[in-house]
Amino acid sequence: MDQVAAPVLVDQATHTITLTINKIPYELKIQPWVTLLDAIREYVQLTGTKKGCDQGQCGACTVLVNGKRINSCLTLAVMKDGADITTIEGVAEDGILHPLQQAFIDHDAFQCGYCTPGQICSAIGLLNEGKARTKEDIQELMSGNLCRCGAYTNIVAAVQQVKDKL
Amino acid sequence: MNNFTYSQATGIDNAVNEITGHEKSMFIAGGTNLIDLMKENVLHPDHLIDINGLHLTSIEFLDDGRLFLGALVTNADTAWHPEVEKKYPLLAEAILAGASPQLRNMATNGGNLMQRTRCYYFYDTSTPCNKRTPGSGCSAINGYNRIHAILGTSQHCIAVHPSDMCVALRAINAVVQVKGKAGERLIPIEHFHRLPAYTPQIDNNLAHDELITGIILPREHFNTHYKYLKVRDRASYAFALVSVAVVLRLKEGVIDEIRIALGGVAHKPWRDEGVENWLKDKPATDENFAEAADMILQEAKTFGANDFKPALAKRAIVRACREALNREI
Ligand SMILES: Cc1cc2nc3c(=O)[nH]c(=O)nc-3n(C[C@H](O)[C@H](O)[C@H](O)COP(=O)(O)OP(=O)(O)OC[C@H]3O[C@@H](n4cnc5c(N)ncnc54)[C@H](O)[C@@H]3O)c2cc1C
Ligand code: SF4
Ligand code: FES
Ligand code: FES
Repeated sequence: MDQVAAPVLVDQATHTITLTINKIPYELKIQPWVTLLDAIREYVQLTGTKKGCDQGQCGACTVLVNGKRINSCLTLAVMKDGADITTIEGVAEDGILHPLQQAFIDHDAFQCGYCTPGQICSAIGLLNEGKARTKEDIQELMSGNLCRCGAYTNIVAAVQQVKDKL
Repeated sequence: MNNFTYSQATGIDNAVNEITGHEKSMFIAGGTNLIDLMKENVLHPDHLIDINGLHLTSIEFLDDGRLFLGALVTNADTAWHPEVEKKYPLLAEAILAGASPQLRNMATNGGNLMQRTRCYYFYDTSTPCNKRTPGSGCSAINGYNRIHAILGTSQHCIAVHPSDMCVALRAINAVVQVKGKAGERLIPIEHFHRLPAYTPQIDNNLAHDELITGIILPREHFNTHYKYLKVRDRASYAFALVSVAVVLRLKEGVIDEIRIALGGVAHKPWRDEGVENWLKDKPATDENFAEAADMILQEAKTFGANDFKPALAKRAIVRACREALNREI
């Protein structure tokens, strides 16, 4: 009797996608239920982006997609095939801190630091949007990022310093 | 989250074809509500149709001067669109009062119309809920119901529709444009969402195999006297306990037209046209606004933890009307 090879099982659910993260393209074989946040942390191993609530309620997972800030926990990696993504690991250039990173240090804008990557990516998005004029605007437009350590006053001061220098 | 398959719709008709006959398939747009509910195991589609590739991403005037908002335009791009800011500032104000900047960059106009209630029991699969599991009972009526409805409730569900955008759309008299197998259909916003009655599992009148293609705003602009007032437990990034969208026009010192839409009080954005007509030709005074507010809330029914809502709603109505009246432009 002829030997019949077992059919190769193609996992219907797996998609091949490319995410460009911090200017580096990554090809991922990924199942559709993997969120962008989990793809960044567990597949690409960039763990700077944090998981706080996993429900859109805290902002710890904020990254920039094509320059816009979003919560990476509430989108699927497959939906972002081909997108340009910036995480906290990609905001410094040539070893020089991003002005917001420096401002967060200058203003002591954190305690535990868990919310900080999301805060900084969110603040970069805020500056890109160009809608914040006053301190109150910054407070409102940074409200998508919670800080359990309550460093809000210093966070707003840090963002304001960078905005005023633009 | 359960396992599911995923595809990207290549066109509007393709999206409609893909969903027709597939009860367990769902569209996904921004994902901010659907993925949340899937993680909580409240929704478990077996297939997601990603509609983000559809050309429904523009805001443009129709030939007759009405403004078309594509279903896939994000809430942020809608609120900050120059024509929306200029001609429909109430809508911009309402959208910007909702969620967070990150979420508004993801949330789409179609998805916002379709978002589900934030009733805690709807989210908690260990409790009965007629909206999640028809016939299982309503945990909120005799439970903790601080965020729940006071108008238009039924003995089967007292949930509220949580959207801010939709409250403004109700005041503006927007129309929802949808496409299904049978062709295109226009649904006035007042007929889009439903009251719970005996079928709280059905939030709105969109059929499963219909796609929202856009929202049409009438030509009339109320950009002089308008206000979206949102009252909530913290100053930002929280759902409304009560919200009020007001537009009004004056003529010779009296009210020529006023529209008052309420959020956070019912299963759909709430309006009482009878009371609005009563205000017509009356002076725009706090006394008249207060009397109108009393009439709007006359039938309010509370459930314990939300006993505060009628009084809050009345004060919010008066304040929103006053602020619309006195807005500096
Ligand atoms: C933490 C948090 C806070 C929030 N706060 C507020 C708030 O204060 N005020 C407020 O108004 N909202 C708030 N939201 C809700 C947010 O506005 C909605 O989640 C969002 O508008 C949904 O849009 P989406 O594109 O992400 O929808 P999705 O999650 O992609 O879809 C939601 C539903 O709509 C259906 N759908 C989407 N597009 C279409 C279409 N074109 N045709 C037919 N069906 C479609 C999907 O099948 C799904 O059933 C909040 C959300 C979160 C997570
Ligand atoms: S109020 Fe509606 S959504 Fe909430 S538990 Fe009752 S039936 Fe479910
Ligand atoms: S982890 Fe995404 S918002 Fe909290
Ligand atoms: S620094 Fe600890 S949560 Fe913000």
